[in-house]
Amino acid sequence: MTEPLLRVEGLRKHFVLKKGFPKPRTIRVRAVEDISFSIEPGQAFGLVGESGCGKSTAARALLRLIEPDAGRVLFRGEDVLTAKGQALKALRRRIQIVFQDPYSSLDPRQSIGSALTEPMRVHGIATGAEARRRAAALMEEVGLPPSALDRLPHEFSGGQRQRIGIARALTVEPELIIADEPVSALDVSVQAQVLLLLRELRQRRGLSFLFVSHDLSVVRWFCDRVAVMYLGRIVEEGPAARVLANPLHPYAQVLRDASPIPDPSRRTALPRILGEIPSAANPPPGCPFHPRCIHAMPICSQQMPAWTPAPGEKAGGVACHLVG
Amino acid sequence: MKALLAKVWANPMTFLGALLCLAIVLAAVLAPWIAPYDPADQDIISRLQPPGGAYPFGTDQFGRDILSRLLWGARISLTVSLGAIAVAVVIGGTIGMLAGYIGGTFDLLVMQVMDVLLSFPSLILGLIVVALLGPDLINLVVAIALTAIAPFARVARAPTMALKERAFVEAGRALGFSHPRILFRHILPNIMSEVMVMASLWMATAVRVEASLSFIGLGVKPPTATWGGMTRDGFENILDAPWLAILPGLAILLLVLGLNMVGDGLRDATDPRLRQE
Repeated sequence: MTEPLLRVEGLRKHFVLKKGFPKPRTIRVRAVEDISFSIEPGQAFGLVGESGCGKSTAARALLRLIEPDAGRVLFRGEDVLTAKGQALKALRRRIQIVFQDPYSSLDPRQSIGSALTEPMRVHGIATGAEARRRAAALMEEVGLPPSALDRLPHEFSGGQRQRIGIARALTVEPELIIADEPVSALDVSVQAQVLLLLRELRQRRGLSFLFVSHDLSVVRWFCDRVAVMYLGRIVEEGPAARVLANPLHPYAQVLRDASPIPDPSRRTALPRILGEIPSAANPPPGCPFHPRCIHAMPICSQQMPAWTPAPGEKAGGVACHLVG
Repeated sequence: MKALLAKVWANPMTFLGALLCLAIVLAAVLAPWIAPYDPADQDIISRLQPPGGAYPFGTDQFGRDILSRLLWGARISLTVSLGAIAVAVVIGGTIGMLAGYIGGTFDLLVMQVMDVLLSFPSLILGLIVVALLGPDLINLVVAIALTAIAPFARVARAPTMALKERAFVEAGRALGFSHPRILFRHILPNIMSEVMVMASLWMATAVRVEASLSFIGLGVKPPTATWGGMTRDGFENILDAPWLAILPGLAILLLVLGLNMVGDGLRDATDPRLRQE
């Protein structure tokens, strides 16, 4: 078996807050509890789940934009979490991130040209006129006129800014792009354009993606494999077609049923989901989903379900007492 | 930026303030050429002359020309306050940016020190420093700068903390930018407007503190002409020759007023609630 592009093992990130006076209580928010997955070269891997399940934290932790507490992240066999100095800088060049909010992801006082050439200078890829030429080529690649290089971010719309953010990520010629909800801040019509652009780039440049999103239809369209997160854990993982159409985990089933299908003949009553997502500061014992699960059994509140492989070749797996 | 300047000039008060400041700066720069007399030249025959005639603003008790002394005094006021604010902006701004960017215990410690500095009125703090170091131009700059460091640290820290959370800073980190690069190339340009507004307002305070220190004899030593020193000298003859104290006092007032008007205008123009970006 070939070595995966990115392998994440047991990634964990807790945020510790101290609240109260005079004796502060320590609150431990278990944003990312235990996450393992791997991405093959050229693959688009989706990370889905509702707001607050830790998917963005996980994406940032494996880039070390937030330092994770535990776990291992291997990029082509190189340990990302222990890398320092030049080694870390070199690794960062190979993994880039595209952010959700196109309005805060660009320096408001920096021209687009400067934003695109600065990473090239920092990594010694190109300088001066050569960098400028590359920046212009990148602008064309993301569908913007090279003349826009001299303008400032506020002169662009959200969709255009997102294209600029993508172009900036490409300046250092990465192999893996972490897309953190790259289209959820955009209008639906613009979403489609940006998604098409991302798919085109993926095909042309052979890029791999870690695609973080709460929008199942987008993930279904873009990704090969999907992991479903709930309260800082992956509850199900597998090929996108299987996980999103026939999920094994009750939470993934509820997610699927909540995702609208554009077909009036298939309109049914909205599926019932019990209660709210529990606080990551005080997760329930056993399976994190059991308080909301319609299939909950006594064992679910006592024991964390083990990871059970799904039947079939490379079919992924699920963490549920119902299966296995 | 152009829109910002247009907004600044649209306010007549700001414009007036800028004119005032410009006039005083010009007077200070051109003093050696436009001053009718040497500011230290004593003409004991024509001492305590009222304004008018050969001495447009009169003479003091040593027969020195008040107009010439005012023009030369403007140089001291502007040099000391500009120097002090420049030093305070650089040091205070850097401290504030670092505190805001690094955060945690470092932020806590540094800002506690700044709060202690802030708790002294600037005149008292200036007094202590000058009393310790002795009165001369450089020490005056140091003293006034010291009083202004804490406010600049505060003003730089808050927007730095806000900007640090923006995705473009994270993007910089992901692109492998060093912390100094992020701080000075990306955060600094974005906090400059806040800092510069603060600087123009604090210029006025610096002028006031310099004048106050000179007034109580802790400024640049005589015979150098300073507005504060002239006001104090004039005080001795306030009943016979009131213009001796009033004219330099008026000069201080006009400069402080002009600087405040410019500062207010800049602040209003850069107020995020009014800004359309």
